[in-house]
Amino acid sequence: MPRFLLKRLGLAALVAFTVSLISFSLLFLAGDPAVALAGEAATEEDIQAIRAQYGFDRPIAIQYMAWLSGAVVGDFGESYYFKTPVMELIASRLPTTMQLGLAGICFALLLAVPLGVAAAIRPNSLIDRFALFVSVVGQAMPTFWFSLILIVIFAVNLGFVPVSGTDTWRHFILPTIVLGYFATPGIMRLTRAGMLEVLRADYIRTARAKGLHPVKVLFKHALRNAAIPVVGLAAVQLGFMLGGSIVVESIFALNGAGLLAFESINRNDFPVVQALILIFSIIYVLLTLLADLLNAWLDPRIRVA
Amino acid sequence: MEPLLSVENLRVEIPIGAGLLKPVRDISFDLKKGETLCIVGESGCGKSLTSLALMGLLPRAARRSGDRLRFAGRDLLGLKERQMARLRGQSMSMIFQEPMTSLNPSYAIGNQLTEGMIRHQGVSRAEARDRAILLLEKVGITAAASRLAQFPHQLSGGLRQRVMIAMSLMCDPELIIADEPTTALDVTIQAKILGMMKELQAEFGMAMIFITHDLGVVARIADKIAVMYAGTFVETGTAHQIFDAPTHPYTKGLLSCIPVPGKTKRGSRLGAVPGVVPSLVGGVRGCGFASRCPVRQAACGKEPALTDRGAGHACRCVMDSDALRNMVWEAA
Amino acid sequence: MTGIDNDMIIAPSPAQQMRRRALRHWGFLIGGSLLGLIVLLALIAPLIAPHDPYVQDLSQRFLRPVFMGGTWEYPLGTDHLGRDYLSRLLYGARISLTIGLVTAIISGLIGTTLGVAAGYFGGRVDTIVMFIITVRLSMPVVLVALAVVALFGGSLTVVVLVLGFLLWDQFAVVMRTSTQQIRSQDYLISAQALGCSTTRIVMTEIMPNVLNNLIVIITLEMAHAIILEAALSFLGLGVQPPLPSWGLMIAEGKDMLFFEPFLITIPGIALFALIFSINMLGDGVRDVTAPENRN
Repeated sequence: MPRFLLKRLGLAALVAFTVSLISFSLLFLAGDPAVALAGEAATEEDIQAIRAQYGFDRPIAIQYMAWLSGAVVGDFGESYYFKTPVMELIASRLPTTMQLGLAGICFALLLAVPLGVAAAIRPNSLIDRFALFVSVVGQAMPTFWFSLILIVIFAVNLGFVPVSGTDTWRHFILPTIVLGYFATPGIMRLTRAGMLEVLRADYIRTARAKGLHPVKVLFKHALRNAAIPVVGLAAVQLGFMLGGSIVVESIFALNGAGLLAFESINRNDFPVVQALILIFSIIYVLLTLLADLLNAWLDPRIRVA
Repeated sequence: MEPLLSVENLRVEIPIGAGLLKPVRDISFDLKKGETLCIVGESGCGKSLTSLALMGLLPRAARRSGDRLRFAGRDLLGLKERQMARLRGQSMSMIFQEPMTSLNPSYAIGNQLTEGMIRHQGVSRAEARDRAILLLEKVGITAAASRLAQFPHQLSGGLRQRVMIAMSLMCDPELIIADEPTTALDVTIQAKILGMMKELQAEFGMAMIFITHDLGVVARIADKIAVMYAGTFVETGTAHQIFDAPTHPYTKGLLSCIPVPGKTKRGSRLGAVPGVVPSLVGGVRGCGFASRCPVRQAACGKEPALTDRGAGHACRCVMDSDALRNMVWEAA
Repeated sequence: MTGIDNDMIIAPSPAQQMRRRALRHWGFLIGGSLLGLIVLLALIAPLIAPHDPYVQDLSQRFLRPVFMGGTWEYPLGTDHLGRDYLSRLLYGARISLTIGLVTAIISGLIGTTLGVAAGYFGGRVDTIVMFIITVRLSMPVVLVALAVVALFGGSLTVVVLVLGFLLWDQFAVVMRTSTQQIRSQDYLISAQALGCSTTRIVMTEIMPNVLNNLIVIITLEMAHAIILEAALSFLGLGVQPPLPSWGLMIAEGKDMLFFEPFLITIPGIALFALIFSINMLGDGVRDVTAPENRN
């Protein structure tokens, strides 16, 4: 196990390094950051001054090495816009995004797993059709549009929840629903497919032959096995949701890392964008690692070699 | 005295589209306490469905019906699923064909052995554990106590089947249904497991329905034999009756396939039953075996009844007993 | 029950069976016809659009659709610049379909090449491809796409290229697995034993057998690309005004959200219908071509 863990952590580091290399070169390939920073009214001297100030006149490789040597100890430089350390900025915004992501994945699991199980127990029944409807609609619904519709219905017309902001837990309700619904179809389909397969398994017949209560057969013997791939998918979905929180946070003005990313992109605040891409990548890789560990923990065939 | 299990005209039907599949038709037999009935037949003849029907474990699409299904003084046909679940694992239990897939990969075998007993008898975990250890030792598993923490994937097929057998004995059932329990195992292990099951049956005194396609196995353990073909019994009787004086052409064909020491002449060819079991779609018109039968005749177009040919030895054939007795199997 | 009966039964050919399944699969039928309708409308947009989608008429702003008390002059009303909403919607379909198709082609080429190479050669090639896939999956798509579009400037071409270079991961993953499965089949080994070249084996033995999976992924990624373009355009970092991208139309209608909700409802429904039809068709193709994989 320690060897497996070490190997995976090494892979995570290598992935993070590659991502940083790609995003760094992309930002420089796109043109002259000094021009972008200086603004439209800037003179040639202004641009020269900015170039010297930020070290843009050095070769790309040198700049990258300088950035990387800071990044490995958590120093991502200073925000062009806020003039504060990027790390502080992100650290103050990331918890909001994390809360949103966790709330979203919980919402998704609470909706998708029971629905998937119910659909698998009675294929082609009313509940199965309802589950299919929920998943088909969820797959075709653009998140940003769904957000606007929810705002119109629940915040404006019914006044149940605030339209936007970060102040109370009630501000998180609609963003959680939007983000959670985004992850629901995948989890539900996998739960349903997994349960259908497991319910046909010989060991379920054994459990029934023992005269166990149907509920126990379903939850102890079937769901436990069907849940193993679902846990992995949920962890990966959480990673996608954190990366995708940028849209939802922008619409609901939820003051998290996603909104920070959106604003920084619009402000040409490259160090922040660069750092955020890297951090979201690392979080994703760590989540897939977590998924593997959870799988190994849930599945004795991996755990007890 | 009332037999432990009494079955009359048990049927299993599966609706498919507009039609009706009849994989099990009009099965009747009685089983006394401590007796062993072997149901013999080719794959696809409906033996497994018969056993599942007895346990109330049929797939959802299949329907069970019959004129009588009494077990230990209770009418199983009238029982609700909840009441049936109370009987399963408690007074009747089952051993399946596939030891590799019949245990849940996610739980230690101790957990799987004890859960039925804890539910049915309300005993403590420790009591159930003691019983599990005792039974694991009975089925020949060494270091039984330490095995309880092991997971199915850590055990070989033979060991898993021993665990399944121990599991079926946990609540000291009156009836065990074993559906080809040794088919998936190596021949050497087969013999050991069979011997062990016989000993356990003698010790615990339960009745057993043993389903197999292997006449060698039948010869070792059967008190009574039912030969099944195309969804129904074609010949029933005691082991002696069937082996010494087979009457139905199919039974004769089956027996001609196995060499008997001292009887089969050196250098002679073993028999075979050419052809396949007829498809059940559309139902069977007339005798199901007619298409493969060397002595078929016009009367075979109507399905014959299972009639007693003396001393409880019954046969489903249009021919009279004398003609059958004199018939020698020659592949058609 | 004689042996002759069985030989007399003529089994339908696989193609016939597939056609029969397709005609019974309501998802396939609904998705196919809806998508066909949208494609048709997009193609004949210049013929049927009642107005020029770009012509502004500030005296005719925020007219309501005909079913909300408007006139047939502007069947779906007008936007904040007095442009005919129906005409913009029709031309918007062209943008979404173009984005979906071109993105799927670019990402399909990248992903299929990587996936087939990894599955066919295995070993070190596989390790490297898997690493590239992991890197790609770990990059937050929306964030990277927004950043790149912001840097290069928003235009249809940039959006298509960015999405094409980002959305190949599913192609690679699925093609890799399918190729691996085929790789171990006997017919492939015999083709190798006959001395067929790698190119020939890939084109004649592998591609035809992974085609079904490929079609399913193409539909998935088309839908994905269309949604992402709409989201990017909605956030102002995608297709730029005055192009009638549906995402952009929703963004422009957002300010009037509380007063004229039809401005976001209509393009939203159009977007939903398009994605829905593509997904239905994709699921249908999967069920029809490989019914044994149905869950």
